[in-house]
Amino acid sequence: MLTKEEAKTIIDKVLSYSKSDEMSVNLSGGRTGNIRYARNAVSTSGESVNQSLSVTSVFGKRAGTATINEFDDASLEKTVRRAEEIARLAPENPEYMPMLGPQTYLNTDPYAESTAKMDPNYRSQATFDSLDPCRKKNLVAAGYMEDNARFNAIGNTKGLSAYNRETSVEFSVTVRTADGLGSGYGTSDVTDVSKLSTKAVTEVAMGKAQASASARALEPGKYTVILEPAALVSNVDASLMVALIRSMDARSADEGRSFLSKKGGGTRLGEKLFDERVTIYSDPTNPEVPNGAFSGDGRPQEKITWIEKGVVKNMPYSRYWAEKKGVKAVPPGGNFIMEGGTQSLAEMIKGTEKGILVTRLWYIRPVDPQTLLYTGLTRDGTFYIENGQIKFPVKNFRFNESPVIMLNNLEAMGKPVRIGGNLVPPLKIRDFTFTSLSDAV
Amino acid sequence: MGLGTAGIVLPSLPAFSRTVSPEQLLEPGLDVAIKKRLADAAMNAAKSKGATYTDVRIGRYLNQYVITREDKVQNIVNTESYGVGVRVIADGCWGFAAVVDAKSEAETAKAAETAVAIARANAKLMKEPVQLAPQKGFGEVSWKAPIKRNAFEVPIKEKVDLLLGVNDAALKNGANFVNSVLFMVNEQKYFASTDGTYADQDIHRIWPIFDVTAIDPKTGKFETRNALSAPMGMGYEYLQSNPADKVTGITTRYNKGYDMLEDVTAAAKQARAKHKAKSVEAGKYDLVLDPSHLWLTIHESVGHPLELDRVLGYEANFAGTSFATLDKWKSKDFNYGSKQVNLIADKTQVGSLGAVGYDDEGVKTQKWDLVRNGTLVNYQAIRDQAHIINEDHSQGCCYADSWSSVQFQRMANVSLEAGKTPLSVANMIKDVKKGIYIIGDGSFSIDQQRYNFQFGGQLFYEIKDGQIVGMLKDVAYQSNTQEFWNSCVQVCDASDYRLGGSFFDGKGQPPQSSAVSHGSSTTRFNGVNVINTARKI
Repeated sequence: MLTKEEAKTIIDKVLSYSKSDEMSVNLSGGRTGNIRYARNAVSTSGESVNQSLSVTSVFGKRAGTATINEFDDASLEKTVRRAEEIARLAPENPEYMPMLGPQTYLNTDPYAESTAKMDPNYRSQATFDSLDPCRKKNLVAAGYMEDNARFNAIGNTKGLSAYNRETSVEFSVTVRTADGLGSGYGTSDVTDVSKLSTKAVTEVAMGKAQASASARALEPGKYTVILEPAALVSNVDASLMVALIRSMDARSADEGRSFLSKKGGGTRLGEKLFDERVTIYSDPTNPEVPNGAFSGDGRPQEKITWIEKGVVKNMPYSRYWAEKKGVKAVPPGGNFIMEGGTQSLAEMIKGTEKGILVTRLWYIRPVDPQTLLYTGLTRDGTFYIENGQIKFPVKNFRFNESPVIMLNNLEAMGKPVRIGGNLVPPLKIRDFTFTSLSDAV
Repeated sequence: MGLGTAGIVLPSLPAFSRTVSPEQLLEPGLDVAIKKRLADAAMNAAKSKGATYTDVRIGRYLNQYVITREDKVQNIVNTESYGVGVRVIADGCWGFAAVVDAKSEAETAKAAETAVAIARANAKLMKEPVQLAPQKGFGEVSWKAPIKRNAFEVPIKEKVDLLLGVNDAALKNGANFVNSVLFMVNEQKYFASTDGTYADQDIHRIWPIFDVTAIDPKTGKFETRNALSAPMGMGYEYLQSNPADKVTGITTRYNKGYDMLEDVTAAAKQARAKHKAKSVEAGKYDLVLDPSHLWLTIHESVGHPLELDRVLGYEANFAGTSFATLDKWKSKDFNYGSKQVNLIADKTQVGSLGAVGYDDEGVKTQKWDLVRNGTLVNYQAIRDQAHIINEDHSQGCCYADSWSSVQFQRMANVSLEAGKTPLSVANMIKDVKKGIYIIGDGSFSIDQQRYNFQFGGQLFYEIKDGQIVGMLKDVAYQSNTQEFWNSCVQVCDASDYRLGGSFFDGKGQPPQSSAVSHGSSTTRFNGVNVINTARKI
């Protein structure tokens, strides 16, 4: 991990070699480690360290990029010359935007020393803490933990300079009963590994595995559901909430190929498209989901509201499209935060007369981009609720549903929790569409 | 974490890829004698630290992507990734370590020592030691994909001209927007193991794709149509149009030569025509599935559930397990499909994405039955699993997507054998009373044990009383794997056999990408449940 000053020294040296109209340098690196287990034993584990520097040189509207992971003066200068060579031969990009000058960034620090210090022994112990309770209860665990500690620094010949360092740990575990009739899931992602207990997450999955055995079949149809945060955002798959947020790009909407396109042209900015309790924003300074203070092209990440009380308030723009439309070039957020209520998941269940509790949704794929219709299935813990109590496990369903329709059929929201680097509340939704049954456990 | 930054959604490049110039993609890699020295150094170092088995993969992975939209080149990406991965067994446990840009024996030896240390640290978490199926050494061998024209030797300008020509044809024929991309890959892989194999291999893959969008300003709706190309284990010759490789019919489809210009012209018109297509009435239909569509159904409902690692539970936390459990296989009468259904795994098929000479643990590739006359007969396995299915050898399904990734079990090419009785598509359709003819792959989703699936497509044609009567839209079919393959009633003959495939099939944690082909002839399935996917928001 290079410090801000070390990175800047290298970047400034590389910038001094530039003979092009504009040049930017991106220097990044760090360490990643992982451990994977299945059938109650470790299967693979690894760690790697990498650092690389990438140079983009520009002549007019022609850009060329070259990268290197050796940092002696001769190699760095050679890389600059190579980027210039590639740029001269590149086709013109009519949408090329001149590089940004100096920017002012918020103070964010999504970094924890505890995570940066993780080693093979730490991972091995964390895995043991997950495996041991499962072995003792004759349950079968499969899990994965990945930790990252990285830095990213950019600089350009227009004077822009930015540095970010961040750490993250993602952990997930699937616990199955020995007879394969029950399956449960737990997941957690943190910036600071001292806030992660693999044992506690595993115990949630164990409880769901035991409670989900011998599921009963309910007829497919429209049901009131409680979607846990892992059913709304996934660390490892597409998901309904991320699909919604990622589909808000202004250019696609202006071009007429988005759910935010308006009949006859233009976008649906300013329209109320969701229940009035839906408010979603990005904020890199939120202490629970801290994020880098700049986007990949150097634009500042600031607090910005995408949906406020059900109304579309802002849409992300590329710099090119923003200039064309004469608006501020708001970058896509690095995280998102959905406002919720104060109820715990248990309280939400208690307040439900009839419904289905969904732990997780899986293999989520777009069916119709026009309506944001997605399909996928419930997985690893699906339960029938009656009169405020979980009555019995139910067989998994396939759903066909749009997050736009889902966020209009909102009944209640719980307390937001961190999932996939975002804050999302559990949601109670009426008329969620299940179209067929699955025998999968 | 979080949403990350937006941008062009591109598949991930091999780890540690660096940007290079197009010319560097043509430079030779390390000499094979040097690679042997690097491998021997690692194997000796591991052995001296107590490893009982070691394999070394020295990989140079070259990628070129040319990306355009309408009249613009958006990006040209040339990357190279080089490094060495060492895998060992020590104290009965696997250990793996990799080193970027390693060109000295000291570096590969150090990686081997790290791999042994990791194996030892994790050995205490094992329940039983790793058991490897025996494998004889092949000595110093090599394998090269039989390509006719190395795509990296084709000037960038020729590729850009092709794609901009494709985009122009789309816009002239009714599209409002078009994106087109050429993906080209060359894997130069060297494998060495303590079994005595030193295999040098050269693998090429290519995939031309586009998507066109047609907007109807009156309704505010948009329709799309994607390319009917297949990713292939071929060189640039795949883009040489050849009348013998065209399959004519309601729309032209392609075998081993793809006419991108012709396909995009049809696509623009068809995207426009979709606006006027009839929205499907939900219900049961007989489905006639073109190979450009059926490959994906085979991939999801046959290829994945018959991967032995899934069956055993190694993928339980991510991709999932499988309904095709060992007891079903042991019974020797598990009815996977109807008698017409013969599904083959094949790592040797010429022009396919999965074809290699040796897999990533030194096993010579082969071809074997998975389902014969409808009955489940085998799985896809690697060396540390073979004993579990009473095999004394691996079937050669081991693969890593980079020198920096640890190799594990990946899907072979899995294909539906062509029908033995002569049967054309036209004759198949003639007998269908109420059906849908589906061409091209679309939306796809299947559960974690591979029972329940839902598939869309690119083009849907309504069949009534043996005739195609018009285009349909909003079509998706839902079924259950066993029920679906048992509803298979007819498979067209070998003259209609074509490959489809996935260039970027994801599996594992951390995720790895693999390329795999699936062949079939047009096939009929009776009485499949079709849903209507239109919604109002």
